[in-house]
Amino acid sequence: MGFLNYTFDWSVLWRPPYGGLLINGILITLHLSILAWMIAVWLGITICVFRVSPFVLARFAGSMYVQIFRNTPFLVQLFFWYFAAPLLLPKPAQEWLYDNVPNYSYWAGVAALGTYTASRVAELFRSGLLSISRDQYRAAYSTGLTVFQTYRYVIFPYAFRIIIPAFTTEFLTCFKNSALTMTIGVMEITHTAYYIDSFTWHGLETTTAASLVYLCIALCVVLFMSFIEKRIHIPGMIAREQ
Amino acid sequence: MDLSVISINFKFMIGGLVLTFELALMTMVGGLLIGIILAMARLSPRPWLYYPATVYIHFFRGLPLILVIFWLYFLSPVITGKSLGAFPAAIISFIVFEAAYFAEIIRAGVQSISHGQTMAAHSSGLTAYQTARYVVLPQALRNMFPSLVTQAVIIFQDTSLAYVIGLREFLRRVNLVDAREARSVELYLFAGLVYFAICSAGSLASHRIEKQRERSYH
Repeated sequence: MGFLNYTFDWSVLWRPPYGGLLINGILITLHLSILAWMIAVWLGITICVFRVSPFVLARFAGSMYVQIFRNTPFLVQLFFWYFAAPLLLPKPAQEWLYDNVPNYSYWAGVAALGTYTASRVAELFRSGLLSISRDQYRAAYSTGLTVFQTYRYVIFPYAFRIIIPAFTTEFLTCFKNSALTMTIGVMEITHTAYYIDSFTWHGLETTTAASLVYLCIALCVVLFMSFIEKRIHIPGMIAREQ
Repeated sequence: MDLSVISINFKFMIGGLVLTFELALMTMVGGLLIGIILAMARLSPRPWLYYPATVYIHFFRGLPLILVIFWLYFLSPVITGKSLGAFPAAIISFIVFEAAYFAEIIRAGVQSISHGQTMAAHSSGLTAYQTARYVVLPQALRNMFPSLVTQAVIIFQDTSLAYVIGLREFLRRVNLVDAREARSVELYLFAGLVYFAICSAGSLASHRIEKQRERSYH
């Protein structure tokens, strides 16, 4: 089956050493991005609390975090975590790290992706809070709820449901950004696709397969989230147009 | 901390910014042009225009840019018979990828104009082209300007990905200096600072323009 002097050999996708490598790559992509996402959500909520707090210093710190992480390329942050961060540790800690953590690049990837995505998640939560009318806060306070109760029982349930579509998009961005960890040597799916090419010269097949993996996972996430969105939508609010 | 490593290699590293800006500008122009065509196709009532454009946009928005770069890198020899140079490969993959994002920004901008405006334009005898040219686009462009500037900042950051195919843009040069001097902390902080300065100038400008626009409406 020649196509312009190129013979496709799709068997690289399942032939013994390569098939296993690809499955492994998919798994690494998945757990790396899910781990980073968990960090991002908790850190993002914390930063968002900082940004809406009444203390000037906390607000300043929160907005600095967001500014710094959003205005530098993710690749620079990744290199910083991988190359520079260990050097900032004291000597014994550094040695311990090099001796005992063989897959440091994986953890650097998780940390970089988590902290970077956190800055975007923080902005997302803040935009959700800002979309709630002031009257809701006033009504909650006047019924005697504390600040925490107001946020926990009145504001958050509304705000979260408003931002769900953007939340889904943000997760997918995090998931796609995980591909960049290949630059520091993490063997996720994009890197595996590239790596197999160096043995077989069939990179076109493997990168095509990797693309399909990204698209399929994205499709699954979108379908699942729109199901969730329908299940928990606020009665009486106009549903998002598809 | 030893900042002399930056001052010694300053000229070499900053020289890479020329290529970074070149990549960013060419991507913006190319991406915007293809993005406009895609957005028009996506807003068109003709199915043979609407479906291909929609599939294109969803396809590229679902992929990481780095994978698009590799894909093109492996695909181009199959189609043309010879390997594409690093610079054309980077530019083409950036344009193809960012066009999908531009298309969605432009579509949202056009859709933000109320349908009544188009109907009024049509009923006063303007053709479809005139309606787009004199009524819809001038307002839509103003609405989407902040998003376009934000996208421009993102593109500027994304050019750092040309690193993977060996283009000597700013980040690659910092990386090369680090490989020789082994001063990662100073060098990557410096790289971050340079990107930060340029990108926050862009973000700030977009914020200003938005504020100004809000004021001009009231």
